[in-house]
Amino acid sequence: MPYLVSLALLLLQNTLKKAYSMEALQIAGALLTLLGSLFILFAAIGLLRMPDVYNRIQAGTKASTLGSILTLLGIGLCHPEWLLKIGLLILFVIISNPVSSHVLGRAAHFAGIPLSKRTHIDTLKEYRDKELTVKEEQQ
Amino acid sequence: MVNTILIISMFIIGISFLLVTVRFLLGTSVVDRVVALDVLTISSVGLIVLLAHFFHRGIYIDVSIVYAILSFIGVIIIAKYLEKSL
Repeated sequence: MPYLVSLALLLLQNTLKKAYSMEALQIAGALLTLLGSLFILFAAIGLLRMPDVYNRIQAGTKASTLGSILTLLGIGLCHPEWLLKIGLLILFVIISNPVSSHVLGRAAHFAGIPLSKRTHIDTLKEYRDKELTVKEEQQ
Repeated sequence: MVNTILIISMFIIGISFLLVTVRFLLGTSVVDRVVALDVLTISSVGLIVLLAHFFHRGIYIDVSIVYAILSFIGVIIIAKYLEKSL
């Protein structure tokens, strides 16, 4: 799978170099980078303003993932010879960042950090209670 | 033109660093601080790649790949420790 992705990226790099002039590519890359840094700023504001740990995880991680992807893609358009490594980095960020945020939210819920008062539905709580009783019976 | 836009985006990422650092110092629980650290690392990966553009060094992208892998492993280990299964 990574081999196929790298082959596709090499093909994309060659076609980009042939089809467009360097100036247009660089301006498009700079605009993408500006958009990505704005998304990182939104992530920071969400991290400050949200009322709850879980809301903060949601706001911070999703927006910062999109922002870093756009930033990396913009720099990759500015320098098409780095596009292979940057593609691998984007693939790793797409795979790893939602996994780490999911594990963090699960750990926060299992450690007993309370939800905000405006939350009404908590489906994970029933599952957690069931698992805890199973563990106690085993002991 | 291009370098100006990239410098502006570097400033915006710097402002977001300051905001996230406020949450990192102020956070009421451990998970808050860990989330702030995660956002700091992900945005600094983008910042390192921007520095690679300004210094014309392709090797900095390898640095940012290693940094992303280390942050992922660190967050997973802290979460497992909080869940009392480590």
